[in-house]
Amino acid sequence: MSEVAQELGYSKSEIMIAASARQLAGVRNCFVGVGLPNIVCNLAQRTIAPELQLVYESGVFGARPERLPLSIGDPTLVSGATAVTSMYELFAYYLQAGLIDVAFLGGAQIDRFGNLNTTVIGAYDKPKVRLPGSGGACEIAIHARQILVIMRQAQRSFVEKLHFRTSPGHSGDPAHDAARGWNGSGPTSVVTDLGTYVFDEGSGEMTLVTMHPGVGLEDVRANMGWEPKVAGDLGETPAPTAEELRLIREELDPGGVYTK
Amino acid sequence: MHDAVRELVRDGDTVAIEGFTHLICFAAGHEIIRQGRRDLTLARMTPDVVYDQMVAGGVASKLIFSWLGNPGVGSLHAIRRRIEEQDPAPLEIEEYSHFGMVCRYVAGASNLPFFPIRSYYESDIPGVNPNIVPMTSPYEDAAEVYVVPPLQPDVAIVHAQRADPSGDAQIWGLLGCQKEAAFAGKRVIVVCEEIVPESTIRQDPNRTAIPSAVVDAVVEEPFGCHPSFVQGYYDRDNAFYLDWDRIARDPETLEGWLDEWVYGLATHREYVEKWGDAHWDELRPEGAWSGQVNYGRYA
Repeated sequence: MSEVAQELGYSKSEIMIAASARQLAGVRNCFVGVGLPNIVCNLAQRTIAPELQLVYESGVFGARPERLPLSIGDPTLVSGATAVTSMYELFAYYLQAGLIDVAFLGGAQIDRFGNLNTTVIGAYDKPKVRLPGSGGACEIAIHARQILVIMRQAQRSFVEKLHFRTSPGHSGDPAHDAARGWNGSGPTSVVTDLGTYVFDEGSGEMTLVTMHPGVGLEDVRANMGWEPKVAGDLGETPAPTAEELRLIREELDPGGVYTK
Repeated sequence: MHDAVRELVRDGDTVAIEGFTHLICFAAGHEIIRQGRRDLTLARMTPDVVYDQMVAGGVASKLIFSWLGNPGVGSLHAIRRRIEEQDPAPLEIEEYSHFGMVCRYVAGASNLPFFPIRSYYESDIPGVNPNIVPMTSPYEDAAEVYVVPPLQPDVAIVHAQRADPSGDAQIWGLLGCQKEAAFAGKRVIVVCEEIVPESTIRQDPNRTAIPSAVVDAVVEEPFGCHPSFVQGYYDRDNAFYLDWDRIARDPETLEGWLDEWVYGLATHREYVEKWGDAHWDELRPEGAWSGQVNYGRYA
């Protein structure tokens, strides 16, 4: 796949970024994470979502970073921002009250209903790998109107059963989900290095809707822990445009930190 | 700093050095290590490199947190060794989400018995932390919430850009939980980049986050947050955050680092001199001043 992508003139990360950015068309208030989501949001702001307000859990609303932030608490997010708030205000007034349209989440493990584990691999009391934990992810998953997930696909990360559910996704019972009364409607899409998925409205299950150029169903199956549901009209993810690639390479990640 | 830590931080205390990526007072952490405090419960939303250093320095027996990592880099290896391998000793943990930790400080600062939030639904977190408790609203909608207990650290240590000699402290940039932690703390140490006259504080009262009424000690400690940052004063030393990953991976390398940069130095001033002026010049940002507002004179 990487060789194919090289022939096509872009990397796996670049098509993930471009495909994710297109999902932000028309979005206004977006909760951003560091790394790929940050590049995704900045790309969207410069292409299909000029009204996008970048919101960071560190307390920044409407960031205009002049450099690629090193973390979600980079000082470049503060200078020139619309507002800087206490973390209480950010979580209570902006997130819990329902102002956030879209948020990005990821994790060490995801299941077919978009539940995420960022806490532990192995047993909680006897961890094989201790991961960072929730941060803001648990409440973001509940309150952001939509959740977009960006994750590289592998057997160990797309799992049949999570070792720990840090952030809730769909339950598998749509009637239950509808009765939750949360601000959020849960995960709406997943973009991986192999393809893009949406969550089936009937079952809440992750459903493959496009594969990236050069990827086959066997690649998708080989890199997940369950038999994926596949859309009847399975398509191909549009390749990144020349302008998207220029923005990524020249403006957003010139050092190739996240896009190699 | 030596005197403030000697007088206000005691073995067995719950200590919160707050600051969300910004204003993390490493100087205080190093002084606590130097003075050999033991059996501390360390509370922080994001333990960060400072608590990895303190845990490696043997001061802590318990950690209260909501995100355990080296931000933008990866893991905290000294802490992970304690949790995953009990090496060299077990480390008790008590974890929340960010919103949960924030509201623990808010409850602590507000003298409330608990704080309700809409989080933790269908998450495994309450299952591993019995302090996170479901509750039904007594009002008409009978909303289901989770409550978290107040956090009132024995000692809260917060860094600020500037404070007057009494400890009235002003902060700008990312505010984190500095204000909430200070009001929640039973004993409070304010550390600042510069001590300024009281008149400077009074000129811009909206920027005062922490009043001297809750402050027990004020310490001027320039570059006291390195390798984290202070908005307008110096940038995060990202090279150090990256390097910490290498240092902390190997217990001997880590011990050598503590010997050289903590035990081997008497004060933070020596730490600043050891890094050298050229290093600080590299971290200093260009100016970007706020405009001024007119408070008006009402004589």
